[in-house]
Amino acid sequence: MAKLIKLDDKGVEFLDKIMELSGETITLCDQCGTCSGGCPFIAEMDVNPSQIMRQVMIGQKNIMESKTMWICASCFTCTVRCPRELDVSKVAEALRQVKLREAIDFIDIEKISEEEARILPSIAIVGAFRKFTG
Amino acid sequence: MKLPYFPGCTLKTTATNLEIPALEVAKRLGIEMIELDRWNCCGVVSYLVSDDLMKHLAPVRNFLRVQEMNAKGIVENENRLVTLCSMCYNTLSLSNKRMQKNPDDLQKINDFMHREETKYDGSVEVVHLLPIIRELGWEAVRKQVKKPLKNIKVASYYGCMLLRPKDVGIDDAEDPKILEELVSALGGETIDWDSGSRCCGSYHTVNNKDIVVNLSKGIIDDARKNGADVIITSCPLCAFNLDSRQKDIMEKYPEFESMPVVFFSQLMGAAFDIEKEKLGWEANYISPEILFNY
Amino acid sequence: MKTGVYLCQCGGNISNTIDLPKIAKHVKEKKGDILIQENSHMCSGAGQKLIIDDIKNHGLEKVVVAACSPHFHEKTFRAALQKAGLNPYVLEISNFREHCSWAHKNEPEIATEKAKDIIDASIAKVELDFPLEEKKMQMGDEVLVIGGGIAGIQTSLDLADAGKKVTLVEKQPTLGGKMAILTKTFPTEDCAACIISPKMAAVQDHPNITLYTNSEIESIAGHRLHFEAKIKKNPRFILDTIDMDQCLICTKCVQECPIEQPNYWEQGIMNRKAIYIPAPHAIPYKYLIDKENCLHFKDGSCSICADVCPQKVIDFEQKAEFIDVAVDNVVVATGYDIYDATEKTVFGYGKYKNVVSALEMERIVDHISEKEPPREVGKRVAFVQCVGSRDKQIGREYCSRVCCMFSVKLASLLKQAKPETDIYIFYTDLRAFGKGYEEYYKRSQEMGIKFVRGKPSHFTEDPDTKQVIVTVEDTLSRDIIQSEFDLVVLANGMGLSAASEPIADQLKLAKSDDGFFKEAHPKYRPVDTLVEGIFLAGTAQGPKDIPDTVTQASAAAGRVLATLAQKEFSLDPVLAFVHQDICDGCKQCLNECPKKAISINADGKAEINEALCLGCGSCLASCPIEAIDLNYFTNDQMYAQIEASLSNKKEGEKRILIFADENTVYRLADACGVRKMKYSTDSRIFRIPSGSRMTSNLIKFALSKGADAVMIGDSPEKSSRFAWANNVTKENIKQVQSALNDLQIEPERLIFKEYSAGELARFTNDVDAIAEFLGTIAPIPNETRDKLFTAVRGE
Ligand SMILES: Cc1cc2nc3c(=O)[nH]c(=O)nc-3n(C[C@H](O)[C@H](O)[C@H](O)COP(=O)(O)OP(=O)(O)OC[C@H]3O[C@@H](n4cnc5c(N)ncnc54)[C@H](O)[C@@H]3O)c2cc1C
Ligand code: SF4
Ligand code: SF4
Ligand code: SF4
Ligand code: SF4
Repeated sequence: MAKLIKLDDKGVEFLDKIMELSGETITLCDQCGTCSGGCPFIAEMDVNPSQIMRQVMIGQKNIMESKTMWICASCFTCTVRCPRELDVSKVAEALRQVKLREAIDFIDIEKISEEEARILPSIAIVGAFRKFTG
Repeated sequence: MKLPYFPGCTLKTTATNLEIPALEVAKRLGIEMIELDRWNCCGVVSYLVSDDLMKHLAPVRNFLRVQEMNAKGIVENENRLVTLCSMCYNTLSLSNKRMQKNPDDLQKINDFMHREETKYDGSVEVVHLLPIIRELGWEAVRKQVKKPLKNIKVASYYGCMLLRPKDVGIDDAEDPKILEELVSALGGETIDWDSGSRCCGSYHTVNNKDIVVNLSKGIIDDARKNGADVIITSCPLCAFNLDSRQKDIMEKYPEFESMPVVFFSQLMGAAFDIEKEKLGWEANYISPEILFNY
Repeated sequence: MKTGVYLCQCGGNISNTIDLPKIAKHVKEKKGDILIQENSHMCSGAGQKLIIDDIKNHGLEKVVVAACSPHFHEKTFRAALQKAGLNPYVLEISNFREHCSWAHKNEPEIATEKAKDIIDASIAKVELDFPLEEKKMQMGDEVLVIGGGIAGIQTSLDLADAGKKVTLVEKQPTLGGKMAILTKTFPTEDCAACIISPKMAAVQDHPNITLYTNSEIESIAGHRLHFEAKIKKNPRFILDTIDMDQCLICTKCVQECPIEQPNYWEQGIMNRKAIYIPAPHAIPYKYLIDKENCLHFKDGSCSICADVCPQKVIDFEQKAEFIDVAVDNVVVATGYDIYDATEKTVFGYGKYKNVVSALEMERIVDHISEKEPPREVGKRVAFVQCVGSRDKQIGREYCSRVCCMFSVKLASLLKQAKPETDIYIFYTDLRAFGKGYEEYYKRSQEMGIKFVRGKPSHFTEDPDTKQVIVTVEDTLSRDIIQSEFDLVVLANGMGLSAASEPIADQLKLAKSDDGFFKEAHPKYRPVDTLVEGIFLAGTAQGPKDIPDTVTQASAAAGRVLATLAQKEFSLDPVLAFVHQDICDGCKQCLNECPKKAISINADGKAEINEALCLGCGSCLASCPIEAIDLNYFTNDQMYAQIEASLSNKKEGEKRILIFADENTVYRLADACGVRKMKYSTDSRIFRIPSGSRMTSNLIKFALSKGADAVMIGDSPEKSSRFAWANNVTKENIKQVQSALNDLQIEPERLIFKEYSAGELARFTNDVDAIAEFLGTIAPIPNETRDKLFTAVRGE
């Protein structure tokens, strides 16, 4: 069943906030799909990168509940291909930040086994914590 | 040539097999890499949002050390800061570009670090060892080769951080050649494949191992399909995901065939025939036997 | 009484702000014997009559009108002078309205002071004005058309039919351009070769057209309806005979030639020999030898074609011929190149065998119904749109306009020939803008061609089957398609042809942001260039399909005819000239003129060719003794007006002299006035032809006489009539700045700025910034100003 969407000022505020945080002019997105087609993580995502751009553009805050922004690993594949030179990785980071600044963490150090902690390179651990905690 | 050098945390722990051979091959090429005094962790991943300025403090502090080295005469008029780890290279470069492009940001950071004796003036250039070697010329490399990598087919794996975004990439983002040129200079064979700059899953290895297992398997399978014997990389995280995670790949896909993954510096070391102890083979999860005697 | 000064109230627009009686009094006090009149509307019939009557009754010899910007009514007043029997160039306009009363509307007193400076400058200049004659030049009926694609062909035929003499130069060995490569054409599907061949033949046979193929423009110079070109006719190594071709086209040479090369007219899907005729419909239908690949030229090991030729027409010794032509107008129709997709490495063009360009596909489709086509297409075919268009990553942000339609066409033709083919077109937006195009697009959908909205991110190749694996988001379903294709056709965009570049350099043609040649005005002068006498036809001006190309080519012919119909034209007298008594023949100026208008005459002195000079003033800086000068902006006139404008400056006041090129920055300042945009009242604006007219002496003089800052404003190189001028200006500025440095004068007092027509706020901000800067520094000490003066004028 089609979803009924209302366009309202809250949505515009959301867009403005994400545009400011990311520094990207999201309204420039042409919805060409290049980012989604090239994203190496696409199989793990519930919402495609191009959809993220679209949903933010029309102010759909529920995009915050999607997995995608946590899956995006800032690999910059889309960054170097987007015909509009938009940087989806920055938009994903902005969305993460909005969540993380509500003091919600997305990683639990307790869950990493001792064995893993021993072999994991420090860049992996530091990187993950910087991306998943506020 | 004396260059200020930023090692980064991992090179001192799980990736000694990147650093030790690198220092040795660099030396043979006439490059002395002098470790920064009091360096600090760069933060590993760059912060990408506009209002997180303070997160760039860590990289910038390291640039002060470069200025100090120059002031003390440890290096002469050398504004290049050389790195080995791709992640550090990327994070340091992105922060540096941001400072160079936004004098206001730089000012704020400098003000914040008022206890430091020096102010960062934006003059440092973050470089990776690979382009430094390319600048010397592949002929210089060829001259140091004692044991050409005859009949060894090498898959060059760049990952993300050496190439993207474009303004920090060490080579063409979509069609890099530098590792292939290196392999050829070492006498090895290169393969033409499509996965050389596909992400390995990065830090997801910490709490979403499955992603990494799938991506790494795809990369290694592609290398095999195109005839490679070994994969090279310059990133300790890629190395971990492609090499150590083969254990997990094999658990999930019993029919999976393993493939050694080594650092470019180890490959150079082998071809330069440096002391065996310095090659650090024991630190590789899949033993690169093909490189022991060829 | 020699001079009349007319103060216009402009119905209050001026007089409500500037105290005109006060100005009259000021002038009277300063000049004494002078006629001063005030009037409500000088531009009106009554105002003009006032001038005419005064000239007649009082014997005025010079006229100053203080009114609106000269861009509005200078022509009107010049005509009035002419009517009264005066030379139109002994007139000065004081820009009271745009540059003063409107710009400083709320500061009437200061505006009145500024107006004094403005009118003093005009009076000082008018006193040195002298009559100038507009030379009449005769026009002929010779036109050079560069490029023999469909655009050049159409223009040439139209002109030749109208009785003009056309010289058509085509670089390739045959006429036709890209159209000679195409299969059928959208939307009618008529065959390209069939519709272009008769036109090509008509060019060859037309008594008014001289055709040079396999030829290039070696050099071309000139302007304003007079151009001289040297054509280089490259050797074909086949004897040319005047009346008939001795070559029998017996093909013996071709059969014997051992060298095979990819044929450009088949886009490499078929080969040709080293001796060849480009295409079955080539015009001229003549052999040529490809020197690059022929063994005879490589190592002398072969001459078999010459040996077997029954007519002995092969001549390995043939040399290039050079032909000089002089023409009145030039039409540039040098066309486009398709985007070189090897640059976009993610698509593997040039690496993956089954990724082809659109032009290659034209040839593939053209042969597809043959029994043994040179290239099969397989079962599943993808077309990928916008390759090399609308892509910031490669610096091409424009839409190439035709690629949507040619993909629809190629897909339709393929589907008709091979209905079993499964065809997908991956697009971002589909543009079917032309007459009959939407219908054509719809027919292709009816045929079962599938349009999928999504731009592929990258391709890979299956190493075994060599199929191309395309990964693309179907943006309408959000599914990711990853599928094998037997053939992928790229919809390469268009860019200005590489072969156009030398022409661009030689004719100094401006380009727009998309890299194509720039038209004089996008709406009203779409086929003119900024250089008089040069017109554009076809895709060299921007992406076009054939109907638009032909329309524009005919429009270019029309513009040429309209120009030539004038029979004669008058030269703007604002040209450089050489004071023959001063010039010592040092030759330093010779190479400074990019139009090559300066030569040394029989007396060993420099001389200006008036037909070539454009009056930019760039050469003035090169003469160490001020022997070169510029009509209407002479050194004496410039010195005099600068000095006069500074003569009222009081202790503690500041002056920013702005020298604005008349086409852009002067008008920009006008526009600021029209919008009542405020900027510093310290500014005094002077009109000059281009910033390069400001020699270092003039700048130093201004500073020595009391200017606190000098700003030179000009349009950016790419939109300037004088593309070279800004470099000259910068060089002059550099010189003066180093002199200022030596005298410990802040070099920031001298500023050069480039403005495009719309940058009003930037201009006013910049002026204010200078004023603000002057507030932060000490004035130039008088001794230093004196030193500067002696540097310019001696003791
Ligand atoms: C794949 C493809 C399919 C197309 N299909 C269609 C179609 O079906 N229908 C349609 O309407 N349009 C089609 N077009 C567009 C069509 O090709 C152009 O509109 C048309 O060819 C433009 O003609 P032109 O004369 O402007 O340029 P060109 O054809 O490029 O001609 C320029 C000529 O100038 C010559 N030249 C360049 N520089 C010099 C120099 N310095 N000295 C001398 N000569 C020089 C060149 O050699 C060339 O012959 C297609 C385009 C492409 C790429
Ligand atoms: S590639 Fe760029 S323009 Fe295309 S959908 Fe993604 S963000 Fe939008
Ligand atoms: S940066 Fe994020 S969205 Fe873009 S390709 Fe990489 S993982 Fe996908
Ligand atoms: S001389 Fe040149 S053109 Fe003639 S047959 Fe030999 S290779 Fe061919
Ligand atoms: S015409 Fe179509 S394919 Fe060509 S650039 Fe424009 S939108 Fe893209």
